[in-house]
Amino acid sequence: MSAREVVDVEARALPGLVQAVFSDAHSRTPCPRMQMAYAIQNGGAREARYLLSLGAGRPFTEWRVPAEGPLPSLAHQLPMLSWYEREMVDLFGMTFEGHPHPQPLVLHEGVKCLAPPMVGAVSEAPLDYPPVAAWTPTLDNPAIQHLPFGPIRADVVESAEFQFLYIGENILHYHPRLFWKHRGMEKRFEGCACVPAVILAERVSGVGSLAHALAYCQAVEDALVVEVPERAGYLRLILAELERLYNHLHYFGHLCQTTTLKVGEAQGLLLEEQVKQIIGRHTGSRLPRNLLVPGGLRRDLDLAGLDGALRALAPLIDSYLRHMERTRSHLDRLITTGPLTRELAYDQGATGPVERASGIDRDARRDHPYAAYAALRVDVPVEEGGDAYARACVRGRELRASLGLIHQALTRLKPGAIRAPLPPVMAGAEGLGWAESPRGTLLYAVSFRADGRLARVKIKSPSFSNWRVFPYTVHDSNMMDYAINEASFGITVAGCDR
Amino acid sequence: MPFWTLMGLRAGRATTRWPLGEGPDGQDGVVGMPRLHKERCVPHCAECADICPSGALGLRNNHDITLDYARCIACQLCVEACPHGTLETTRDWALGTCDRAALQSDAGPREGHARKAIERAFGRSLHVRHVDAGSCNGCESEIQALNNPFYNLHRLGVFFTPSPRFADLLLVTGPVTRAMRAPLEATYAALPEPRWVMAAGTCATGGYNGGGYACHNGLEEILPVDLWLPGCPPNPAAFLDALLVLLDRRPPWAAAEGNSHGGD
Repeated sequence: MSAREVVDVEARALPGLVQAVFSDAHSRTPCPRMQMAYAIQNGGAREARYLLSLGAGRPFTEWRVPAEGPLPSLAHQLPMLSWYEREMVDLFGMTFEGHPHPQPLVLHEGVKCLAPPMVGAVSEAPLDYPPVAAWTPTLDNPAIQHLPFGPIRADVVESAEFQFLYIGENILHYHPRLFWKHRGMEKRFEGCACVPAVILAERVSGVGSLAHALAYCQAVEDALVVEVPERAGYLRLILAELERLYNHLHYFGHLCQTTTLKVGEAQGLLLEEQVKQIIGRHTGSRLPRNLLVPGGLRRDLDLAGLDGALRALAPLIDSYLRHMERTRSHLDRLITTGPLTRELAYDQGATGPVERASGIDRDARRDHPYAAYAALRVDVPVEEGGDAYARACVRGRELRASLGLIHQALTRLKPGAIRAPLPPVMAGAEGLGWAESPRGTLLYAVSFRADGRLARVKIKSPSFSNWRVFPYTVHDSNMMDYAINEASFGITVAGCDR
Repeated sequence: MPFWTLMGLRAGRATTRWPLGEGPDGQDGVVGMPRLHKERCVPHCAECADICPSGALGLRNNHDITLDYARCIACQLCVEACPHGTLETTRDWALGTCDRAALQSDAGPREGHARKAIERAFGRSLHVRHVDAGSCNGCESEIQALNNPFYNLHRLGVFFTPSPRFADLLLVTGPVTRAMRAPLEATYAALPEPRWVMAAGTCATGGYNGGGYACHNGLEEILPVDLWLPGCPPNPAAFLDALLVLLDRRPPWAAAEGNSHGGD
């Protein structure tokens, strides 16, 4: 079964189609969901593509729209598409008529380039960034203060710029200016052979190395119609859950830092370190890198001792979570902070633990199973609260579920092949791959040139989705809670900026 | 909440004594940069150089293989590709050095690179301002780990500081995106003299993920680099080692010595 069903759509039919598929969507079951939109240039022909899921257990649907001329903006109907459309404007020079917020996104205000960077050969002409201040709403009241913060901020953090407009403690307006770290990663894949390109995918977002490699490999395997051996499927699952473990433990360490729970911070970071050391011992790399390849794994792994190491760690993780649950000073800062309603989470396209904390029950591991997830019981924790506390609860429950999944997978792991041979690439082959990374749904769409090398790789990272959502929980909140709220989202910058 | 205190007391000391005393460096099983055994190399075979995704391996005059560790991401593709065992997987990850040429396989024996000036200026302490100039956040993940209880960087007198005005060392990750160049240069300008610059991770030391429409080719073409630490990412023990190399408290890496330079 192919990963997606393709539907050809004409540009003028788009708004009506969206209306038909998505009216009252978030109250329906199964609830249709826009996953991403991206552009692809095929010789002279340019196409916009919209990827949807119409429910668990069904292939994704992809609308393909010829985009020689302007397209109607769908951001009024599906607000989450706003960023995708702006990205296509910046990188492909496309036009969307009636876009509600047509500022640049990936390229900053004032950036000069000779041609859209993703189109044609002149695209390698480098970008020029003149010092132009970020767009902000017009200030009509002298009591309103403006705080431009970043891109270099205190502490060891990723580069990102934030615009705050506030009176006293109250934030009136906030928006992030991201993409300071835009490296043009999607362009780097073009012309690469598909096997070594997995090294590139691992380096899109370091703390999501395994998820990126996994989604990329699965996209290539979909394009070449390759079945991955059973053992490789289980090993991929175990590695993916180990990555989730250290990421979620880091999340709690960082969250405790923002609520000034010092011992909680130290304990979270220490547990994260212990998981990274376990990963290093068993795979050779603390961030699980240099392991996957289209077709399976690069080498077999000896996981003897992994179960014992995790069994020793599990009670420590459990008591750590219970201690946080009993610490009122910590909980006081989380409960009611940064509320995200179910409607907002749906409309703006939240993903991963963020959407599950707002009552949306969606997880690619269960709904669109890959690797060996179909063979195991995948518990998907969902909370209804939508606040920072609910977001932390989801991640806490996921920690426990991950330990269970690894244990289940280890008991079923049998000796066997770990890498399937790849057939030659058919000209024009295309594939879709996905993974539920620690931060949410990650998607890779790949297509090949006639010479068997990669033509286009689209990466939809979960952080791209959640950065879009996050500002809506900051408006009307206060400065004191900002850092806590941001930590409760657990978003990276590199994945979003690419 | 007393249970936090109890938890800490029960857990005991989490911090390793390494590198000052006997203790684990935390990198059991962690793979480092490949080692080059030139004598095993066969003429007119370019398997390793062809597969190397970061341009670390090169062929001179079509037969003389060279390896530049500043450009190596330790992906091990060359080790898998070479049919003659010319490249060997090692535990060499502590590659911190003040001497760029020491990272090249054909550099020859290096003289000790004096860092006396820094010791006079700061004694044994160091304040660091970190700038992410377009990393994948792998480096940040490992730099943040330096402050976890296992490595506890503070015990060595090294501190991260929010303001460049209080910093002695600018620690830069990433290939330097075109967008981050101006903020990076402004930060460097704000550092008081004497000041030092560290390129951390192979994006910064060798321009991996550099070039194209959005990036420069590593830190070298933007700022004068005093301390090099390739790795993808360098692990926390490698960071710790490199910072002590700068302070003359650890010996630097030299590729020509061919010595194991990982956990000791």
